[in-house]
Amino acid sequence: MAAELALDIVKAYSGRIPIRARIRYPIDAATVLILFGPSGAGKSTILRSVAGLEWPEEGRIRFVSRTWLDTKSDIRVSPQDRHVGYMSQDYALFPTYTVAGNIAYGLGHLPAQERKARVTEVLDLFQLRGLELAKPRQLSGGQQQRVALARAVAPRPLLLLLDEPLSALDEPTRICLRDELRSLLTQLALPSIIVTHDWAEALTLGDLMAVVSGGEVLQTGPPMDVFSRPRNADVAHVVGVETVVKGRVVWAAAGMLRVDVNGVVVNAIEGETCGPDVYVCIRAEDIAIERGLMAASSARNQVAGTVTAVAVLGALARVTVDCGFSLVATVTRSSVEELQLIPGQSVTAVIKAGAVHLVSRHDH
Amino acid sequence: MNWIAIWVTVKLAGLTALVLLAIGLPIAYWLSFSRWRWKFFIESVIALPLVLPPTVLGFYILIAIGPRSPFGRLYTELVGHPLPFTFEGLLLGSILYSLPFAVQPFVAAFDQVDRRVIEASWTLGVSKFKTFFKLIVPLSTAGLVTGAVLSFAHTMGEFGVVLMIGGNLEGLTRTVSIDIYDEVQALNYAGAAETALFLFVVSYAVLLVVYAVNRNVWAAWPQN
Repeated sequence: MAAELALDIVKAYSGRIPIRARIRYPIDAATVLILFGPSGAGKSTILRSVAGLEWPEEGRIRFVSRTWLDTKSDIRVSPQDRHVGYMSQDYALFPTYTVAGNIAYGLGHLPAQERKARVTEVLDLFQLRGLELAKPRQLSGGQQQRVALARAVAPRPLLLLLDEPLSALDEPTRICLRDELRSLLTQLALPSIIVTHDWAEALTLGDLMAVVSGGEVLQTGPPMDVFSRPRNADVAHVVGVETVVKGRVVWAAAGMLRVDVNGVVVNAIEGETCGPDVYVCIRAEDIAIERGLMAASSARNQVAGTVTAVAVLGALARVTVDCGFSLVATVTRSSVEELQLIPGQSVTAVIKAGAVHLVSRHDH
Repeated sequence: MNWIAIWVTVKLAGLTALVLLAIGLPIAYWLSFSRWRWKFFIESVIALPLVLPPTVLGFYILIAIGPRSPFGRLYTELVGHPLPFTFEGLLLGSILYSLPFAVQPFVAAFDQVDRRVIEASWTLGVSKFKTFFKLIVPLSTAGLVTGAVLSFAHTMGEFGVVLMIGGNLEGLTRTVSIDIYDEVQALNYAGAAETALFLFVVSYAVLLVVYAVNRNVWAAWPQN
């Protein structure tokens, strides 16, 4: 049987949109699946159904050779018997237990000696040494997150489920922990599903991404592909960022970065990045299209290119420009006419350096 | 002071509180966690002793355990004597009478426990039963102490139900509140005053415990 998680569920709520989700997630490569979408889209419910904490009215969930749910055959495997590691948004640490107690909690089936060894091993892996005897309320947000993850991982689950793992943290901590989480996940080599509404998290953490909106899975694919090639307008609207391309930081000074993208140099303001390998992300509305060449200015990016496609959507139009890489811009319908934007037309794309977002990239 | 009556009362109240701890916990767990839509029927039944006159409750219990009811006949056959006007009969009546005083604080405490914490325990492979004792009980101690103490105190002072189903048998079913009534009937005000003061002090002490526990004056549970 294929090493995959196959899910096909229907869950109705009174007064809310029903969830009809279908996902196939191949796990053999120990990849990370991102469930991406706006809040209220049904991502968490899908994740909770996989954990066995929510019971869909109809459907099937199969994990490798085990059936976790099959409403037709009346199979409903309890969360206790699924061997998944689940981490909720607010971590839900056990307040009456210490850090070590939290981590040991799911290891009751092991003999004392082994349990102790496993707790020590996990404490080391998550850099929690010295905090063994602390109570959850004494920990910082970042430490709580690590304890919750350590607790979920300690019993060696078959699958790791993380619901908005970084959203309870403040902004600087979140950016810092995003990369830490990615390297931990790589180290653990555990199939994982992560729910998020943050596209930077999706890009950094995910190998595969499912866009969830209105209770349905709209598109599944590698995050960069989904961001740069949304299948339809709904997906494009949900993901929000139209241009996502791989780049490499070639120069950095005085808060400015130069990023090489397929031979084209793009200026960005130094923000949250760490390594030289990045995704360059630009929202379509942050790109202006001009005809001819503009006077040079250091804070701006001016990229010459050729229009490859123009799609008019009501008062706005999406213009795709090939400038060594593919760039998507939104312009008003009237500028399409004024600038005579048709495929083949030479243009200059103008992007403020501040509108170029860099997200660290780990080649998956 | 009538020490025999005090002993009967303390024994009755203590046993009632213990039994209510044993049966109140599963009832409260079910009430707090069940999503059954008709749950409110059960909630209302449990709350009935709060509003029903004790004589009415006592009357129905008397009928239910009396020799004419199937339950009463079965009990007489099994034990050899009927249930009314015995200590056991009184205990049964007290349990029903004090049920909401135990169950409602338990439910309130369980409702306060973060469901995500409980779910985390389940996904870590710990059964619902073990989760209850490893997590839910330690997180609900204030409510559990409140329920036990309130049901104890409430039983200490019960009068109407005792009179209906227990009667007034010295050393068996004569509780302090009945004793006070007897003394007053006999115009022995000094005796009544002593016993009344005793009940007053006990009730106040009990409430002090309840409020202190809920104010977290001291940790009610050893933190491990």
